[in-house]
Amino acid sequence: MTATTTAGGGAGRGRPDVTGTTGTTGAAGPRRRRGRIRLLPFSPWHLLLAPLALLFAIPLVWLLLSSVMSNAEINRFPPALWPSGIDLGGYRFVFNNAGFPRWFLNSVIVSLVTVATNLVLGSLAGYAFARMRFFGSRVLLVLMLATMAIPFQLTMIPTFLIMKWLGLIDTLGALIVPSLVTPFAVFLLRQFFLSLPRELEEAAWIDGCTRMRVLLRIVLPLSRPALSTVAVLTFLATWNDLTWPLIAIHHESQYTLQLGLATFQGKHLTQWSALMAGNVITVLPVLLAFLGAQKAFVRSITSSGLKG
Amino acid sequence: MPGLPKPITVADAGPRRAAGARAAGRSGPRAGGHRSARPPGGRLRRGETIAGWAFIAPAVVVIIGLAIVPVGWSLLLSFQANDLVTPGHWVGLANYEALVTDPAFGQAVRNTLVYTALYVPLSVALGLALALALNRRIRLVGLYRVLFFVPFVISATVQGTLFAFVLDPQFGAANSVLHALGLEPQGFLTDPNQALLSLVGITLWSGTGFCVVVYLAALQDVPVSLVEAARLDGAGPWRLLWHITLPTLRPVTVFLVLWQLITSLQVFDLVYVTTKGGPLGATTVIVYFIWEQAFKNFTAGYGAAAAYVLAVALLTIAIAQRLVRRRQEALENRLAAGRIGGSGGGPEPVTGGRS
Repeated sequence: MTATTTAGGGAGRGRPDVTGTTGTTGAAGPRRRRGRIRLLPFSPWHLLLAPLALLFAIPLVWLLLSSVMSNAEINRFPPALWPSGIDLGGYRFVFNNAGFPRWFLNSVIVSLVTVATNLVLGSLAGYAFARMRFFGSRVLLVLMLATMAIPFQLTMIPTFLIMKWLGLIDTLGALIVPSLVTPFAVFLLRQFFLSLPRELEEAAWIDGCTRMRVLLRIVLPLSRPALSTVAVLTFLATWNDLTWPLIAIHHESQYTLQLGLATFQGKHLTQWSALMAGNVITVLPVLLAFLGAQKAFVRSITSSGLKG
Repeated sequence: MPGLPKPITVADAGPRRAAGARAAGRSGPRAGGHRSARPPGGRLRRGETIAGWAFIAPAVVVIIGLAIVPVGWSLLLSFQANDLVTPGHWVGLANYEALVTDPAFGQAVRNTLVYTALYVPLSVALGLALALALNRRIRLVGLYRVLFFVPFVISATVQGTLFAFVLDPQFGAANSVLHALGLEPQGFLTDPNQALLSLVGITLWSGTGFCVVVYLAALQDVPVSLVEAARLDGAGPWRLLWHITLPTLRPVTVFLVLWQLITSLQVFDLVYVTTKGGPLGATTVIVYFIWEQAFKNFTAGYGAAAAYVLAVALLTIAIAQRLVRRRQEALENRLAAGRIGGSGGGPEPVTGGRS
């Protein structure tokens, strides 16, 4: 016990401080510090980390606080930094006057449908690319991989024209169709399926299972980490997107939350508390999902980073 | 979920079947010979092509239809004058020629580059520093990690409206704090000299957590034996960092720099929400320029030309990333080959986490 703490603490203290608060270049090894009396009841690293963490937290705290302040409180100079009481006027305004409930519903529909289609279509295509060799599979896989490097800005104008041609502009369909299945979902699932041992599938194959049954009964139940990664990232991307809704949706009843928020500001000047209440409502689902499934989130995002 | 118990029984049966049951011929004629071992990979059953196409058809339609086709279409558009409503007419390279001399586009490129040059190194360096600080046994590490990371999952819209409020010259908390400290109030997003810097600050708040998390994951793969050995040899903390930790993290650093580069060249949502390119064009970035041309001024051909310029830049980075990665993988393979039978948990840095 003591050995580990001193080793950890000693190494910790001896480790360079990249932000430049310590200037000593480790003249003495960690050994010398082992016997030193600790001046602080906690690791000195907290002196660096705590203020920074506070700096990261303050905007969110401020978001929450201002959403329960009255506009009078915010609109005086200098504005109050702490609410005198809880005023739910902002939330009431958001629920009654603006289209928020509708926008919330739109966002939920678009995100859930997109997540579902990405899981289903991504699994199908990913499995075919991982395990089936058929005419054209190679070429299509390469083509699909290549599309991952295409930036959205390059495709957005023709995509708008295609959606217009399909008659989907100003409907939720315009938001769903372009992201029904992303090459990223296909590729990520394919890579995961490739990592599964073939023997399992071969056994089922010998028993006469069809490809579909093998996928449903054997492959997918083993692929929960990859499926959750796809679900998390698809949800985040769809829920948080502003660019595409901004282009494809003009009618207020079809707005998503992000689009609603972005235009709200211009329409209701200085309705700050209502705007912050809307922000809280928009962030809440993502935050709850994140706090509930932190591990899956972090794993998803670190692994997504490695798709290349 | 109800399917979960199944694979376990199959997993049990798998090897047994392969070894014993097959010899006993229990599964009948179908299990005969090498045939049984090949299906999930080989082209054996008839109709495999049909089945394969059925599996990939929806994905192929969506991805070809809404990615490959638009790439070509965009190229055509960029040679046209097009207002998205009436049919366009051919103008050749005029759009590209106009771009070169358009001061607004020049400013957009400059703004984007300044933003990128500030954001990318700062976010990666800060991410590394925080990850190194967090990568030790102290209390509250979990809490710190959450606090640094949470802004990353918050949408650019919320970030934008929140900071437009916090940095509001009149009603914002930032000036309120400055006032309390007896300092001059600032213009922040409304000041042409501060707007772009404010945007960098906002994205540092939201984007650093990503670097922290990726670096933290990578730090778990710094070989402990190597660190111990170096320490026994008397290496100080700086030398440990310089000669062991940083070299191990190099692939991750390269990845993060390129990744942040790509995302920052594409910044748009935050700009739209906070400044709409203003004040006085001080925050007009390339994507904002493209959006404005295509969907506000209805000069879609011109917008498409600008999009092509951006895409070529991004593609160059993506190709660079590919090449770097390939070289790294080759290096890793060579290292792995030379170390067969060596330490079990050899370093296959974060690439091991790739799923």
